[in-house]
Amino acid sequence: MAAGDETPKVALAGVRVLDFTNLLAGPFPSLLLGFLGAEVIKVESNTRLDAARRPPYSFQTAGGGDADRSPVFNSVNLNKLSVQLNLKEPQAITLAHRLAAISDVVVENMRPGVMDRLGLGYSQLRQDNPTIIMASISGAGSTGPESSYPGYAPAFSALGGLGHLTGYGDGPPAEMHDSIDSRIGATALFALLTALFRRRRTGQGEFIDLSSREAITMFSGEALMDFAMNGAVQERRGNREPGQSPHGCYQCLGDDRWITIAVGNQEEWIALCQITGNPQWADDPRFADALKRWDNQEALDQLIQNWTSTKYARETAEILQNAGIAAEVSIDGKELAGDAHLHARKAWDFVDHPILGRTQVPSPPWRFSKTPATIRAPGPLLGQHNWYVLLDLLGTTEYEVAGWVKSGAID
Amino acid sequence: MFDALSGVTVLEYAGFVSGPYCGKLLAEMGATVWKLEEPVRGDPARGYGPFPSNIPHREKSGLFLLLNTNKHSITLDPFSPTGHDLFLRLAAKADLLIEDRRPGEMAEMGLDHQQLKESNPGLVQVSITPYGQDGPKASWKASHVNSFHASGEGYTLPGGMTHALFPDRGPVAGGVHLGEYDAGLMAASAAVAALLAKETWGIGQLVDISKQEAIMGLSRLGMAQAMGQDIIYDRSRSYEYGGIFGCQDGYVILYPREDSQWKALVEIMGQPELAQDPRFQTRPARIQNGEEVNAVLSQWAAGLGKEEIYYLVAPSGCPTAFFSTPEDAHRSPQFEARDFFEDVTHPVAGTIRQPGRPYRFGSGALAGTKPAPTLGQHTRDILCGELGLAPEELSRLGRGGVI
Repeated sequence: MAAGDETPKVALAGVRVLDFTNLLAGPFPSLLLGFLGAEVIKVESNTRLDAARRPPYSFQTAGGGDADRSPVFNSVNLNKLSVQLNLKEPQAITLAHRLAAISDVVVENMRPGVMDRLGLGYSQLRQDNPTIIMASISGAGSTGPESSYPGYAPAFSALGGLGHLTGYGDGPPAEMHDSIDSRIGATALFALLTALFRRRRTGQGEFIDLSSREAITMFSGEALMDFAMNGAVQERRGNREPGQSPHGCYQCLGDDRWITIAVGNQEEWIALCQITGNPQWADDPRFADALKRWDNQEALDQLIQNWTSTKYARETAEILQNAGIAAEVSIDGKELAGDAHLHARKAWDFVDHPILGRTQVPSPPWRFSKTPATIRAPGPLLGQHNWYVLLDLLGTTEYEVAGWVKSGAID
Repeated sequence: MFDALSGVTVLEYAGFVSGPYCGKLLAEMGATVWKLEEPVRGDPARGYGPFPSNIPHREKSGLFLLLNTNKHSITLDPFSPTGHDLFLRLAAKADLLIEDRRPGEMAEMGLDHQQLKESNPGLVQVSITPYGQDGPKASWKASHVNSFHASGEGYTLPGGMTHALFPDRGPVAGGVHLGEYDAGLMAASAAVAALLAKETWGIGQLVDISKQEAIMGLSRLGMAQAMGQDIIYDRSRSYEYGGIFGCQDGYVILYPREDSQWKALVEIMGQPELAQDPRFQTRPARIQNGEEVNAVLSQWAAGLGKEEIYYLVAPSGCPTAFFSTPEDAHRSPQFEARDFFEDVTHPVAGTIRQPGRPYRFGSGALAGTKPAPTLGQHTRDILCGELGLAPEELSRLGRGGVI
């Protein structure tokens, strides 16, 4: 911002988030709250180091300092402040309470009951701050017979039903990894924002008990309805969409290059026949309408595959789109990082990290015309904001802090 | 009761999954959602199904019934001049507009954000499109399969076990319409954030949601890891050992990462001696002898049922899961204990056990779910009650095909 510009407006002006989270499902919603302008204070310590600061996510170096050398930690903790509090020490718990008293939101994803045992449960924090909003993200929720079971991302893709519904029809279920944790976190974000809205209007705090398994199960959508209505158990269907053909992922020239094509109506079908130089397909009775094409999709897919196998994926997607047909490359990570459309939209951002250097990270997933969501700082170094948080926010003295470092409360 | 968004009025001009899912999430939090549907045909989701006994009926589509709970339906054709005027009058009464037309289409209709703002300066507009409002691909079409593969995640699926069996096959999209739900969820958060901004600053604004970016942003951990280490995740990404195993009635995940988890698992398997076996004793040893680890686990799992394995292993703390089908979800004791499913009674489709909401609020339950509206169910209430149209005006609009 040039001098003289007014302070940019942010959606979450004046909102402070106290973050007791680890790895991804918890850090993701606080990351997004930070994008929206909240001040996010991450409580961490060497004793309980965020998994994203450890191998395999961090690089190991002979001289140590691994914790600050993680591109993953950086990407999921942008804009956050880091304060070192060792929650095994009573003094650290006291400081955590003092922080809760001046915060608006608390997010945590420890196992159910752990925050309560630490003295940092909702009923305890509420005494510091009656209007606090707290989200507890756990595997199965804080109640029910399976609430104490451990959880991690691939487990939720399985238990939440997405694994069963993703993959080839004749193959095993899919293995889904970190994106599953993000989906859990995205669900928590929505609940947190609605609680913030309610508090704005009514002044009331809130406790949010979020079950990861339930959050992922929501994405099975109509498959759950099919069972409820018909007792039908939907299966994996690859890239197919009932009633639509051609609709799939086809191999192109090059090393593991694929294009997805989805024809949505008769007009697009005719256009596809023309653009592929096969006008005779349009007259083939097997492909006369969407239902015929669906019934004969294996033969049709083979014809499309024969055509794409001599073409380059990216330029073919452009040719098909210009003909009005939905087509897109199955984009790999490297291609995505250089994608011209994404760069034109500033969907990638670059942040300078003091140790990692310049890193490329996805921008916030929305464009607000008046209150832009922004990346303002890299992921913090461990304890980078100890002084700001303890001295400026809590008003403790350097002498006190030195004592807590010595006692191990700040670690 | 937790009715966070009560008092908020939403105009939803969107169909199929993303926009309606966004509207549903807001409606279930207490917002009043007016859903605009095309006269006669309605939301395309009404034609999608699944249908009871597989008999198509526009009031019985499972997709529509799921995604439109708690909403009001108005049939309206905003392409007609009269419908256009009514759209403007409805938008003037709304706090938020959700729309999913292709970029530029609202402007062609004389309904772009600038025009809507004239009668409602505080309007928040959430626009959901495959690639966003600008950029070289803004005009590109995409169905779910295209959007999911545009996000980078499709290229990594279905993963290691499948890849080992079918090394020549291509990538797949997330199941059902995963990416469309992702975009709807991200849009709903943006909508509430913009409503908060309106509370604070008194301003409306335009929020541009790209489905590609909404899905892509979920893979930021894997992206950072891949970029940091200069690798590209593809379908061969797999567990170092452990992972998916076939069993009698499906598949499970067994992932004894730590030594304590391995020990707990082999005790449950009745083979405690394997805890001391030098081939498996430490994590590095298990990684080195991954194939032997997997042979042992595979043999054990093959003789048991998936839920049997899960309930034996999960309490021990060893990471495990079973691949739950829609049937398993409906029968889950954990979901039962938390009342995750809810019976919703629709006047035409009857009572259907629908998934509820994945959060519980300390201050109390969310209001009970109201069924999705029948097509145009609330046209009269809203046009007469909110806009003050005379009832005889309605029949004129109906004859004109406007409603």
